[in-house]
Amino acid sequence: MTAGVKAKHQRLVLVLIALAALIGAALLAAWALRNQASYFYVPSQMAADPPAPDRAVRLGGMVERGSLKTLPDGVTVTFVLQDGEARVPVRYAGIKPDLFVEGSGAVAEGRLSPDGTFVADNILAKHDENYVPRELQDMDQHQQAQVVAETTE
Amino acid sequence: MIAELGLAALWLAAALAALQLAASVLSLRAGEGGETLGGVIRPTAILQGGVAALSFVLLMWLFIRTDLSVKLVAMNSHSAKPMIFKLAGTWGNHEGSMLLWVTVMALAGALIAAIERRLPEATMRATLGAQAFVGLGFYAFLLFSSNPFERLPRPVPEGMGLNPLLQDIGLAFHPPTLYFGYVGLSVAFSFAVGALLTRQVTPDFARAMRPWVLGAWVFLTIGITAGSYWAYYELGWGGWWFWDPVENASLMPWLAATALLHSASVLAARDALRAWTIMLGVIAFSMSMVGTFLVRSGILTSVHAFAVDPERGSFILALLAINIGGALALFGWRAGSIAEGERFALVSREGALVVNNVLLSAILGVVLLGTLYPLVTEAFDVRVSVGPPYFNPVSAIFALPMLAVMALGPLLRWRQDAVRRVRRPALLAAGLAVAGAVIAWLIAGPAGLLPTLGVALAVAVGIASLLPLRGRRLTRTPLPIWGMVLAHLGIAVSLLGMASESAWSQERLAALAPGESAEVGPWRVTLTKVVPVAGPNWTAIEGDMDARYQSGSPIPIAPQARSFWSPSQTTTESALVTRWNGQLYAVIGEAVGDGRWQVRLWWKPLVTLIWIGGLLIALGGVLALIGRVLGDLKRRSVLAKRLRWRGEQPV
Repeated sequence: MTAGVKAKHQRLVLVLIALAALIGAALLAAWALRNQASYFYVPSQMAADPPAPDRAVRLGGMVERGSLKTLPDGVTVTFVLQDGEARVPVRYAGIKPDLFVEGSGAVAEGRLSPDGTFVADNILAKHDENYVPRELQDMDQHQQAQVVAETTE
Repeated sequence: MIAELGLAALWLAAALAALQLAASVLSLRAGEGGETLGGVIRPTAILQGGVAALSFVLLMWLFIRTDLSVKLVAMNSHSAKPMIFKLAGTWGNHEGSMLLWVTVMALAGALIAAIERRLPEATMRATLGAQAFVGLGFYAFLLFSSNPFERLPRPVPEGMGLNPLLQDIGLAFHPPTLYFGYVGLSVAFSFAVGALLTRQVTPDFARAMRPWVLGAWVFLTIGITAGSYWAYYELGWGGWWFWDPVENASLMPWLAATALLHSASVLAARDALRAWTIMLGVIAFSMSMVGTFLVRSGILTSVHAFAVDPERGSFILALLAINIGGALALFGWRAGSIAEGERFALVSREGALVVNNVLLSAILGVVLLGTLYPLVTEAFDVRVSVGPPYFNPVSAIFALPMLAVMALGPLLRWRQDAVRRVRRPALLAAGLAVAGAVIAWLIAGPAGLLPTLGVALAVAVGIASLLPLRGRRLTRTPLPIWGMVLAHLGIAVSLLGMASESAWSQERLAALAPGESAEVGPWRVTLTKVVPVAGPNWTAIEGDMDARYQSGSPIPIAPQARSFWSPSQTTTESALVTRWNGQLYAVIGEAVGDGRWQVRLWWKPLVTLIWIGGLLIALGGVLALIGRVLGDLKRRSVLAKRLRWRGEQPV
């Protein structure tokens, strides 16, 4: 009799542990994802509501024409990402992606430093002629006019 | 003519699948009277496999000959491409890969029909019926929205070529390997549905299903390992896992299949976890289909792109809904009638496996949510990226305790055990784990929390994984035990590599003129010269460098930046120097302008362990599979002998 009760009891314990773990996973994931909602920035958002200096975020925008410069060390580049409303200077030490050019879209991964420069540790640009970073797809449409104006100036 | 023949074969295979499904349904309805009808099913399944394979071989033939009157070949191939990539081009595109999918699925069905004899005949028929049902959906998808054999109105003079990133020997074999894994899980799905339909959820069912799950799981493991290495050396970013949705698409079925493998073992050995095993059988293949949907529907590029051309995506989504929804509904309807399995205590081998299953499911949920979340928010015009800051910590919260349980679980006895019996090995493993972490800090320097925990757990799991061999005569240890030991050891090895790579990698970026050097970790790399080189369909600049480990002799390396012209694209060809204790990774960038070239170097200690561990895991799976199949063959011959003996001695 007691053995039967005990077995039932243990089964219940197992089911409860499983439920607790899965609900815990769901809650944790939901909480972490909510924080991710502010992971991606466009320049105007970054200007209006800058992220905390140590937070890893992504900044996506168009590379402003004439802003791309290579520093004397040969490996650090600076450029400006803009979305028509705001401009954010970006510094990046590394090899630029193959199709990273002025006037096209790019996403920088990194942190905003206290002096207002975005320090990128990685740059995502077009992989090939047909690829655009996912976050930039809409921007291309919204800012077509702007880009056309810049390319023809 | 060949294209028409291929299309005809595809239609014929679809018709055979329909016949197989109809025969299965009718014979199940007729019950005992359905013998004659039921006899048709196995031969039909075998024939369907053959005809589907013929269709795929014909498509390969079109690619080998570069028949430019066929749209798919013209869009994805080029006459100047090396032969191996022409061949790989067959499955390096949407239509071809879907044809490979149905072909593997039909072949898997043919294989079950040909060799599986353990299950009751009715369950077998239901299983083959389910396999035909799922297959039919994908045949319809190919024939109505993705015909690989479509002709162009007039042939083009030259093909468009294959994406250069994909022109790599690793990629020639990566997708088929993954597909064998994805589609192999369809067998587990069909078995689960068959067992539900005929209410035959028994240890024998688990034993019949296990080798199939093992096989699919081995392919998935190899596929993921190879894919990770390919991304590592081909993309030129020095990373080996990006939590990219395409990678997650292959990780999710692997997590589900790993859980299924373990719960099927409980069902086979102890007749417990019946409903849970069935559920996992359904979920594992569902994850394969979700992965295919993500990769094949174009939804990853953009939800909006998907909305503009929704035909294919909607088709796969409908297939997903029908298959998963149908199976889950069947499960909900029948699960109540599956008798409760054997009981067990919380502290027991079963208990540990349940915990492992729950935690694997939790990780699966975390990855699934993180992968789908950006797609959902994008539909509401909110752009979100979910990256490593989410995936790493959240999945680690569940992975770390899972690894701890994995270390001790195999030491527990079935049914009931006491914690104090495993106290000594547990303390030993824990002590060595702490020692391992301390030694790592002393040798390589301080590391973050996650890598330190990773090193400690890798040591604990590595030691504990060998303990099941203790007290056994190694020559007489069954192969499946060896398989488990190796696979668990592989997890430890891989984990050590991941922890070491993330904690102690060193990076150096420099602009070098020929003759100048840069140092990274223990390496000194000298750029000797930069030269232009050319391949069959690309040109490149190549940086000739000498790499010197401490005071060793120079090793020549030559990373390239390649420009392909059809289609026009540049790729980075990294150069690697592998030593037992890690890898040097070198990439050449562009000219700075004053005669200097950008060079990026990484020293990644123990990084190769990541993939060696992956291969060990797969090898463990292979050993277990061989052990199970040999065991089955032995059982069959004993059974046959006994039958013969009975026949000679009338009772």
